[in-house]
Amino acid sequence: MGLTGLEIFKQLPKTNTGDCGFPTCLAFAMALAAGKTSLDKCPHVSEEAKEALGAAAAPPIKLVKVGTGDHAVEMGDETELFRHDKRFYHPTALAVLIEDTEDVAARVAAFDELEFDRVGLHFVTDMVALQCTSGDGAKFKAAAEAVAAGTQKPFVLICEDVAAMETAATAVADKKPLLYAATNDNYEAMTELAKKLECPLAVKGNGLADLADLVEKITKLGYKELVLDSGNRETSQVLADLTQIRRSAVRKRFRPFGYPAMAFTTKDDPMEEVVQAGVYLSKYAGMIVLKASKKEEILPLVSWRQNLFTDPQKPIQVEAKAVAVGDVTPDSPVYITTNFSLTYYIVEGEVEGSKVPAWIVPVNTDGISVLTAWAAGKLTGDSINKALKENDMESKVNHKTLVLPGYVAVLSGSTEEETGWKVIVGPREAAGIGKFAKDNFGK
Amino acid sequence: MAFNAVKEKYRSKVGEVTLGATKEQGGTRGYTITVGGEGALPFLHFEGEIPNRPVVALEVWDHAPADWNACFDSYFGDVYNDAAAWAKKCVEEYGADLIVLRLKGADPDINDASPEDCAKVVKDVLAAVECPLVVLGCGKEEKDNQVLPVVAEETSGENLLIGVAEQENYKSLTAACMVHKHNIIAQSPIDINICKQLNILITEMNLPDDRIVIDPTIAALGYGLEYGYSIMERARNGALQGDKMLGLPMIGNVGFEVWRTKEANASVEDFPAWGEQEPRGILWEATTATALLQAGMDIVVMRHPKAASLIKQNIEELMVANEV
Repeated sequence: MGLTGLEIFKQLPKTNTGDCGFPTCLAFAMALAAGKTSLDKCPHVSEEAKEALGAAAAPPIKLVKVGTGDHAVEMGDETELFRHDKRFYHPTALAVLIEDTEDVAARVAAFDELEFDRVGLHFVTDMVALQCTSGDGAKFKAAAEAVAAGTQKPFVLICEDVAAMETAATAVADKKPLLYAATNDNYEAMTELAKKLECPLAVKGNGLADLADLVEKITKLGYKELVLDSGNRETSQVLADLTQIRRSAVRKRFRPFGYPAMAFTTKDDPMEEVVQAGVYLSKYAGMIVLKASKKEEILPLVSWRQNLFTDPQKPIQVEAKAVAVGDVTPDSPVYITTNFSLTYYIVEGEVEGSKVPAWIVPVNTDGISVLTAWAAGKLTGDSINKALKENDMESKVNHKTLVLPGYVAVLSGSTEEETGWKVIVGPREAAGIGKFAKDNFGK
Repeated sequence: MAFNAVKEKYRSKVGEVTLGATKEQGGTRGYTITVGGEGALPFLHFEGEIPNRPVVALEVWDHAPADWNACFDSYFGDVYNDAAAWAKKCVEEYGADLIVLRLKGADPDINDASPEDCAKVVKDVLAAVECPLVVLGCGKEEKDNQVLPVVAEETSGENLLIGVAEQENYKSLTAACMVHKHNIIAQSPIDINICKQLNILITEMNLPDDRIVIDPTIAALGYGLEYGYSIMERARNGALQGDKMLGLPMIGNVGFEVWRTKEANASVEDFPAWGEQEPRGILWEATTATALLQAGMDIVVMRHPKAASLIKQNIEELMVANEV
């Protein structure tokens, strides 16, 4: 439970019956707080207390899943307003909008091909959002089936007409699409449908106050697999709404907003859309529906998403294994760097750009950068020697010269001593590698 | 359960810095620009005053850059050799709010331009545009300590923003800014403690804090953007909680960082999965900028005119008051 022992104790009968197996209610409360027992061990706790403790123990923002299998998307279960306070957990899902009046099969095929590799990571868009532009249930159903057939990835069905939604959703319910949306006008029937089909349900209000009321009505009907839409669309207002939803949930435990939030881009120009989506991605959207779908448009968004959702406490590392960049020969230079992902990939990019094939040996510094590793005593003549030996560099090149990052020129002497190799001091900034390679190794 | 808006109550605001000086104020600018002054987190108008919008600068060099991507040729090819014309074009055709003039030519490994030559270029650019001017050195400490004080002296009264001062090298520039009444960029290496410390050192030399702009050293998208982003969020939160040494406007070299990256420059032939180069580069720059605006950036220094225009539009939309 997230509560302290004392907070729990306040809800207990304080009769010290011992029926729970603990000598006093306080002892039981402490054990509960530590997760060492469960509330149901106490036969005397009141219904109110049960609800209060249950609500407080639940995560501030519900985890909601869309889709099934390996590609299912999880949203919610966030606890922070700022990544620097701890981290963000569930990367914002990006849903590409397709209208049922388009060539759905072709659009889905193109969507499914949107995959990117950069810096050793693999990026994808996560979902399709299929909109019932036609207003025709049969057409919507056919389109939904085409989406389900064309991709393993989860999707959203966008239609506020319950009849049309029922026709389409029933046909693809096994894929657990997000049903968008329950509104003031249709929420009873839409909630029944979502319950019946066991699909998550989007809730669209007219502003935050109305949204809160609507969510309460829906949870009273017994459904909680919800995703929130304030109904506003203007950039500045959506920023405010997303901020309020996150704050209310995380800081005030305001239950009606304890669900992931979604946002829609409104721009026709794809570049403007990407910029607008960038705002929502940075600030609390669990999902964004957008039209832009070209590679050059999506790549920056998925990259920022990856950056934003990294754990600030844990730097990403690459394997401390020597890498050959280009067509190396036994004469090729050897660059020393660290296995901090960012450092490694920047150096690799520059070595590649220098057009002088070379080896890069990333020394294992527990994933920290050159200067920090040197300050922490993790980048030393000794650790460099270890890296050279572990990678058997002596058999890979016929020389014994290595390039040391310029910022740790001070390690030259000890590195030469430990390794028996000659040290050339390289540039301080990776950006200098191009010129450095040309001057030292150019043909 | 009715919804009640969660509004923060802050103890303090970010300080304001004004760039440029009109004739009445002793300069030659057609207008001045004031940045900072925020009484709330970025664009959260519902809980505080945001009196000044962030501004977009376009970056101009004092000589034709050897390494800028070919996609810039159609924008600046005709003005690369004339910094004044280049600056004028940035303002008049591409809507820059202000100009950042980078004196890269002063670099001993490039043109080794003399302090006098540099000062001349600065004055030429001043004469060509009405907007306030930011001047950056070549990045080589020793040379900048010769060049920037001369620039400061020759433009006394213009209230430039000059950069950069760093923890290990701030005295020369601070003195020059004090004597000739300019503003200073205080740069720290993604370290909030050094950021504060440097501002303390500068204010201890009696340069008032309404003449300091923080450069936290941002990195491009994909190359550590999140580090700068989080430093900035921490700084802005600290500022609003009352930390005066963090309560200053922030600047970032978005264009400079982004256009060094593979992702902005690699051809679609080399990386077919990445799509077309120029739109990719534009969006790499615009995405970097849009993220940093959400972390509190006040002066966004950009290169691609299309990216700059996207960000100006983003700022305009975000400056629409919101209510909860």
